[in-house]
Amino acid sequence: MNPATELLLSALILLGAVFTLIGSIGLARLRDFYTRLHGPTKASTLGVGSLLIASALYFSLTEPGISLHEVLVTLFLFITAPVSAHLLAKAALHLKLHSLARRPEQNNED
Amino acid sequence: MLNTVLVIAVALVSLALLLTLWRLFRGPSLPDRILALDTLYVNAIALLVLFGLLQKQSVYFEAALLIAMLGFVGTVALAKYLTRGDIIE
Repeated sequence: MNPATELLLSALILLGAVFTLIGSIGLARLRDFYTRLHGPTKASTLGVGSLLIASALYFSLTEPGISLHEVLVTLFLFITAPVSAHLLAKAALHLKLHSLARRPEQNNED
Repeated sequence: MLNTVLVIAVALVSLALLLTLWRLFRGPSLPDRILALDTLYVNAIALLVLFGLLQKQSVYFEAALLIAMLGFVGTVALAKYLTRGDIIE
């Protein structure tokens, strides 16, 4: 493997791991559920996507043929992450969890 | 260089798993815990991919695909149970 490819792979892997870590830090540190939802659904998905792209590149270059398993996992994760986040937000709204945001303005009709 | 970066990345993702586990144990409400479980399986996929790169074997992606599918189904079932009080109506 030539040095340029190795550098690209290393950069992708490091970026992916750092974004995964940032997502989990957001999950652990933020102060209410609705802000906590942002970390894993955006940062972690991007991080895992980056790792999977690095892996697809590596196995396509070292083994004969193109490796498509990773692309399948990436596609599946990118489709399912917003759906599960939406369902969790709906569950949290249903349970009326504490939120940092102000309540929307009430109508003064009654 | 690739091996060094891989070891560092495994350490970072393991730290992410530990932080998620802390939120799973502490999480004040049920949606927090479900969100932590969701993040836990995404991080497990990341760790599995890194392990496959370290071992230079592409067998582990079948396991990653299975975790992705079953984890999504689990999250949807739990969230639906919280909103509706029932999974299959």
